[in-house]
Amino acid sequence: MAFARTWLLPALLLLAAVALPFLVPTYYVQFASKVLIMGILAMALNLVVGFGGLVSMCHAAFFGLAGYVLAIATPKYDPASFWTSFPLAVGVSAFAALIIGALALRTRGVYFIMVTLAFGEMLFFLFHDTKLAGGSDGAFINYKPDVTIGGVTLLNLDKPLIFYLTVLAFTVATIALLTMLVRSPFGHALQAARDNERRARSLGFPIFRLRLTAFVISGAVAGVAGYLAAAQYGYVAPQMLGWHVSATVLVMVLIGGLRSVAGPLVGALVLLGLEEVLKSSTEYWKLIEGLVVIAIVLMLPDGMRHLLNAVFGPADDRSEEAAVGEAKHV
Amino acid sequence: MDLATFGVQLLNAIQYGMVLFLVASGLTLVFGILGVINLAHGTFYMLGAYLAYGIATSTGSFWLAMIGGVAIAFVVGLLLENVFIRRLYGRDHLAQVLLSFGLILVLDDIRQIVFGKDVHSVAAPQFLSGSIQLTDNMSYPVYRLAICVFCLFIAAAIFFVIQRTKIGMIVRAGAENREMTRALGIRFDQINRYVFAVGIALAALAGIVVSPISTVFPGMGDGMLILSFVVIVVGGIGSITGAALGALLIGLTDTFGKVFFPSVSSILIYVLMAAVLVWRPNGILGRREV
Repeated sequence: MAFARTWLLPALLLLAAVALPFLVPTYYVQFASKVLIMGILAMALNLVVGFGGLVSMCHAAFFGLAGYVLAIATPKYDPASFWTSFPLAVGVSAFAALIIGALALRTRGVYFIMVTLAFGEMLFFLFHDTKLAGGSDGAFINYKPDVTIGGVTLLNLDKPLIFYLTVLAFTVATIALLTMLVRSPFGHALQAARDNERRARSLGFPIFRLRLTAFVISGAVAGVAGYLAAAQYGYVAPQMLGWHVSATVLVMVLIGGLRSVAGPLVGALVLLGLEEVLKSSTEYWKLIEGLVVIAIVLMLPDGMRHLLNAVFGPADDRSEEAAVGEAKHV
Repeated sequence: MDLATFGVQLLNAIQYGMVLFLVASGLTLVFGILGVINLAHGTFYMLGAYLAYGIATSTGSFWLAMIGGVAIAFVVGLLLENVFIRRLYGRDHLAQVLLSFGLILVLDDIRQIVFGKDVHSVAAPQFLSGSIQLTDNMSYPVYRLAICVFCLFIAAAIFFVIQRTKIGMIVRAGAENREMTRALGIRFDQINRYVFAVGIALAALAGIVVSPISTVFPGMGDGMLILSFVVIVVGGIGSITGAALGALLIGLTDTFGKVFFPSVSSILIYVLMAAVLVWRPNGILGRREV
């Protein structure tokens, strides 16, 4: 059973994900890419929200910032090199997360929410109000980044199939990285600080540094998602950095469940799937989506896992809950 | 900068600060008393402006728009508290953030259905529509002056209620230590409901008051929400005096920033917020622990 949970199910899912583009029309391949990209963003956010206990409202800013770096790095009539633009974009997002995190982490709880929201909006206004990269109109990226070594094109990102598989590889890498982090001593300390800050501090953990590290890693991974999103659409706009995106991604995190690494990916699939269905059926899809969000908050405080548990019985994450229980009784 | 220009800018700063105070005071009270962070607060600023537009154009009376808009916001506030917000008491901040985000989506679309998404303007009342000649080539609109006076009056009323009445005493005690106040036998059910509704009504009032001098557009609530957060972070949460101080500081920074440093004016208030965070993480008048 444990073997099936740890290896078989993920392997089957991965197989299905690889097979998907060969079975469905291009439109759905692009939709799947979008889901995976938003899933990377949601998983990145969950490192600080679920495992760090910090409700950040500025992750869209890190997401959009990386997209804008790609837009600015791409010449008008040539593609940008992936090898320079990608590290640059992720680096800029990580740096922004370092600055904002260092200031915002001086506060707690509701202050942290307000401060991150305000700094995120500052970056939004920076791109919205100044002439930088098209101002409020946004900017086009005419060519997708060029992945070549010594003149040989490794990946032609213009093809939806290749792009999808690249995004899938990034998704798998993100899950691996975050799983490793969460299970490492660093991850345990981060979760200890979430469960009882005072106790973790008295045990000698450097809380501020732990949280800042998590925040920067999370911001950098959000940057990866932003880079991919900008490459997919060939377009960036200030709205990418706006707090409505941050809040929407938080909804994905809540739907997927706060206590698992890959849960937010499921949340992204559920929410984007819902949007897709609603958008095609009504002009006022936001109204319905809002009601769904409210219903989830009020009825499913643990997200979809709660629903799955109600249907199939509480099968998953026994060990995790036991660990949480132990932590409480130490 | 000569004295007249300085005076005009100072008046602008105060008027802007007073409007910010109306919105932020409601937000800070709702957090202080109910322990709920309400992202939909700014939406009611926007709804207030649209209500003013709707009522003023159909009845022709700005005063009717003002009274009607505030009354509608108050009733909607009571209703929302009863149906949604009360379920958030004691829940974590994430639930509060997301539920109020859901409310924003719903209210935004309701606004779209009722008023559409066009940009509108509202006419100021006739006798306030002129302007005062300051020098040969400078004048100041009477309506802006009226906003200053009116908001000062409202602010004084808020301070009077908070500082001098029994209700205010309970509200202050609740903001200071909710558990202790409850242990002393104060029932918060009614207080919660009215604090929330009054907060919403204040936000709507601010939207109504500025509708003749600013355009009425769908995104105006978002901007105001962020600004009131900055005000609260700068001033200190849960404190009316803090909200007043923060609002004036932001009003001054923004107005004079636009005069002296036009190129970076949009970031200046965030720089101010960052400075306050470094200096006093809980706000200028905030307590050590939140």
